[in-house]
Order: sequence, then C-alpha cells, then structure tokens
Amino acid sequence: MSLRDDPKLAASMYASMYRIRRFEEEVFEFYKRGLMPGLAHLYIGEEAVAVGACAAIRADDYVGSTHRGHGHLLARGADSRRMMAEILGKETGYCRGKGGSMHIMDMNLGILGANGIVGGGIPIATGAGYSCKYRGTDQVVLCFFGDGAANEGTFHESINMAAAWDLPVVYIIENNHYGITVSVDRVTKEHDLAKRALGYGIDGYTVDGNDVETVYDTVAKAVAKARAGGGPSIVECKTYRQHGHNGGDNGAYRPEGELDAWKQRDPLKLFREAGYLPEEKLREIEESVEAEIRDACRFAEESPYPDASELMQGIFYEG
Amino acid sequence: MRKIYYRDAIREALDEEMARDPMVMLIGEDVGPNGGTWKENRGLWEKYGDLRLKDSPISESGFVGMCVGMALTGMRPIAKVMFSDFLLVAMDQIANQMAKITYMSGGQKPVPMVLRTTIGLGRASAAQHSQNLTALLAHFPGMKIAIPSDAYTAKGLLKTAIRDNDPVVVIEHRMQYGKEYDMPDDADENLLLPLGKAAVVHPGEDVTVVTCSYMVEKCVAAAKKLDGEGIHAEVIDLRSIKPLDKETIIRSVKKTGRLLLVDEGYTSFGITGEIGFSIMPDVFYDLEAPMQRLCAPDVPVPFSPVLEKLIIPNETTIAEAIRKML
Repeated sequence: MSLRDDPKLAASMYASMYRIRRFEEEVFEFYKRGLMPGLAHLYIGEEAVAVGACAAIRADDYVGSTHRGHGHLLARGADSRRMMAEILGKETGYCRGKGGSMHIMDMNLGILGANGIVGGGIPIATGAGYSCKYRGTDQVVLCFFGDGAANEGTFHESINMAAAWDLPVVYIIENNHYGITVSVDRVTKEHDLAKRALGYGIDGYTVDGNDVETVYDTVAKAVAKARAGGGPSIVECKTYRQHGHNGGDNGAYRPEGELDAWKQRDPLKLFREAGYLPEEKLREIEESVEAEIRDACRFAEESPYPDASELMQGIFYEG
Repeated sequence: MRKIYYRDAIREALDEEMARDPMVMLIGEDVGPNGGTWKENRGLWEKYGDLRLKDSPISESGFVGMCVGMALTGMRPIAKVMFSDFLLVAMDQIANQMAKITYMSGGQKPVPMVLRTTIGLGRASAAQHSQNLTALLAHFPGMKIAIPSDAYTAKGLLKTAIRDNDPVVVIEHRMQYGKEYDMPDDADENLLLPLGKAAVVHPGEDVTVVTCSYMVEKCVAAAKKLDGEGIHAEVIDLRSIKPLDKETIIRSVKKTGRLLLVDEGYTSFGITGEIGFSIMPDVFYDLEAPMQRLCAPDVPVPFSPVLEKLIIPNETTIAEAIRKML
C-alpha cells in the first residue's frame, strides 16, 4: 500500500504525528517551567512508530503502552486535554491526577495503560490477548515497549506464552537505541532484536521506524495474521529518542553527530519530503493541531488540582 | 455435617464458580491434566477444557501479569503460584501492577482477579519452599488477603474472592490439603464468607489468641488442653488479613485483657506486630498484661526436620505461651 493512494489516511497520520510532536514540546515547556511535576519521558523522534502501528488496528482492539507513552495514547485517539491535565496532576486528567504521565489509561479506547515499570506492561498486554482468544473475539493487541524492556524477563515469558498459544498480540519493539543512558549496542550482542522471534517460532521484522508507511504496512501484516488466528509477531522499529531519557537528561553521553544524523531522518521530515500531501495541506493540518494543543494546554493549566478528600478514594474499585 | 478434604473443598469452590461464570478461569503451574499440585482441581480440566484450566510455563511474572490483563478486559482469572516463595519472582506484577492499577487509573477499572498461593512449614522443604509471606503482601495497598483455616473457610473465602471486584490473594496451607474436615450441610454453592470478618472459633474469657491458617487448629488444641487446667483462652481465626476485622479482636481483648498473637510467619515486622499496634489505641487501658506473640523466629527456614520443628509454633509451645500470660 502506498500512502500516495490514500490521502485521507496520509492526512490523519500526519496530523497524529504532528499532534504528538507538538504535545511533547509543550510537555517539555511545562516541565522546564516547573509546572509539570515528576518525570517527562518524551516521545519526540519516535512518532512514526505509534502512528503507523495504531493506524493498522481497529477501534475495538487493545493497546499496551510504556513510561514513554504519550505518543501511543495520542496515536490511539486519546483526548489531548485530559492527557495534558493528567500530566500536570490535575483533577480533570484521565486518572484524576493520581497516575500522572506514566500511568495514563483509557479503557474506552482499549488503552490498557502506560506503565512506569520497564517491561511491566508486556504480560498485561499478553493477558489481554489471552482474553481476546478466550472470549472468542477477533480483537488484537498492540504491545509497545522499548529496546530496554526487551531485556527484561517479562519479554521472554510473555512472548513465549503468546507464541505457544497463538495469542493475537503484535509486539512492537521501539528500538530507540537507549535504555536510560546506555546504548543498546553496549548491552546486547545481536542488535536486530526482532531476530529473537526465531527462538519463539514466530515472525519477526526489523523495519525503519521513522518511516510511517513502512511501520503501517508491517504492523498491518502482523495484525492481519494475529486476527486470523495465526499468533503473535515481533515488529522491531528502529528509531531514535531525540531527547534524553527524561526531561532532566540532556543526552550528553551520545556520540557527537549521532543526534544530528537522526534528525536528518526525523519522521515528520521524512513524511514531508516523501510528498504524500501537498505543502498547503500539511500547513492546514498543522494549524488545526496547533489550535488543539493550545486548547489542551489552557484546559490543563486552568483545571483544578484534586481535592484532599480524593486522597484515599479509589484504592479499591468503587464502581 | 459431611466430611471433606481441604483440597476437595477448594475444588468445589472452583467448580461451582466456573460453572456459574464462564469468565472464571485458572492459570498456573500444574493446574491442567495434573489437577493441581495437591490435586485440588482434579477433574476440572476434563470438565472445562484447556482454555479455562491453563497449564502455564514456569513464568510467574508472565502468567500473573497476564491475569491482570485478562481482569482488565472482562474476565475473572485465578492465578495459581505453587508456593508463596515464588511470588517473589512475580512481585512487580503483584505489587506494582495488580494492586495499583485501579488507584493509578483514577478508579477507571477494577482488577477482579484471584492469586492463589501456598504456605506451610513442616515438610522439610527448606528456605525457598515454605515461608509465609503474608505480611509482605499485606504491606501493599490495593489488594485483599484471605487466609482459610479449614475446608469450610477454604471454600467460602475462595468463592468470595472469585466474585470480588478487586484483587484478592488467597493463601492456602500445604499441610492441610490432605486433611479431612467437617463441612456443614448448608455450605453449598451459595457459601460466601465475607472478607474482613474474623470468627471466634473457641470461646474463652482469660486470654485472647489471634491467629490464622493452620495455626488455628493448633491454637484450638492448646485452648482445649488449657480448658482442663481451668484456663480459658478465646481463639480468633482471622480468615482475612486485609481487610482486618479489628472489631472482633478488640471486643475479645476488652473482655480478656490479654492478647497472644500466633503466626507461622517470621516474627519481626510481621502481621502480629501490625495487628497489635493497630488495636493498641482501642485496648490499651483494658490490657492486664503486655501483648505477646509466638511466631517463627527470624531465620531462613532450615531444612533438617529436627531444626525445622524448632521454629513451628505447636500445641505445647502455644499452651505454654498462654500460661505465661496469666
């Protein structure tokens, strides 16, 4: 499939990537101004992964996310207002200010939650896959995680079970080349992580994660297989974390020139250069997204903080 | 009244709940054709099939975490982790995921899952197959903990746990699976024992003995022996650690003025210290003697049966501890 033949899809993908980019830039601004409490794990530079993958699933499917999850959630259609409010710790946020950036969930969109523990969400997404099979639906699960999580035990345990039982889960490794400050090359021998699929007896793909069309095509293939009962796949998307691990990390440990080289392959830049849409259409999308982001920021800033009476509420389910 | 093995009471609970609700399933080690490590779900794999009685690989983090995902998407899974020692392998999924997701998500979703596990000194299984980690689990907000003491409570608490909308850990005792107990005739498929409700299992007015799990029958045996000496201990079976039925304990201690806490877990930072401290403001002026406790000492469980025996509270040591309080 070429995005050239589907301008509607191309427009929605660009809007989604641009939305994530601008959202994250504003998150970083809030962080620098001291208005965002806690940690800011920014998704800038990795937008094509979330957008390409989420474009390949249905409204009733599930998505499992990570500590670097803003991009996955926005690509899945989460409300930028409630997201930003949550990130600022406000009462109007997705989690009433109790979860924050790393714990945003929206089960109405099948978002199983971001997750503060690296690799912690992989078994949960796999369980959602078991649930799809158990309930006899043809839903699938997209399970996002990074190269760091690929070295957690939960990666192995979960994919082994998903493979053994043909669960409809597509495991998407966002290989952004760094686990905190450590380059993946320094802690793994085989740098193409999707090759591990061979050991589980499933399909594995290593693709250019900054090319949204390639991500979309590959994930769509894996999703179709999972939906048809063919079991899980691993899709490794090579991409790059343009910021540090979090807002307070300037990435000084990266070799000189590395960031610049990846910025030449920035996913939004690549999209623009591919000429899927005319320049005026891109600008029109950008203007519309700018307005949405401004609105989200205003909403979040103006929203109240949770009342102290909220503190002990919701430890157990209250219906 | 009928006689039933503890393990068969668990099977009844599982069977009844699986028949009642198609979203209930069991996943874990040896739960399939083997029928459970202690045959406590014998015959259910044949009856309900492989999807509902799922033999897992030895991947505790993986399958406990999968239950969280199942619970978030409309199911009521039960994870069986063979020994509580192995929970430590899955602790992130238990403490950070299962227990916290409801709160962290602002109360969006319940996590209606059960985590069944086993404790139990007395089989020379050494330091990694015997320990009682109830206190460790109870430390984390967001999960409930049930701990049966016999076949009746094993059935009634498990059924309640399965129907509960929050994560519940059910802690079974390996020395009891093969023991026969009385089961009242009315303990049918409607038997649901509430979490957070303790039971006075042996009345008395001289000393209150608070305990749980297999220690309940040890304490009752000690209390019966002491009845003959004119010392009347009141034994309380907690049944549920979280929520904790402080009311029943407080009522009894106000009556007796003395409290002995008996537990098979390690002494320090265990459930006994927590229970004692949490009721202190309510009973301080009623106490006629300092609270006491009898637990396993702070030592890794030794292998040799000769050594292991020394750390397990028994009828004799419990009776002696009660006598000393008078």
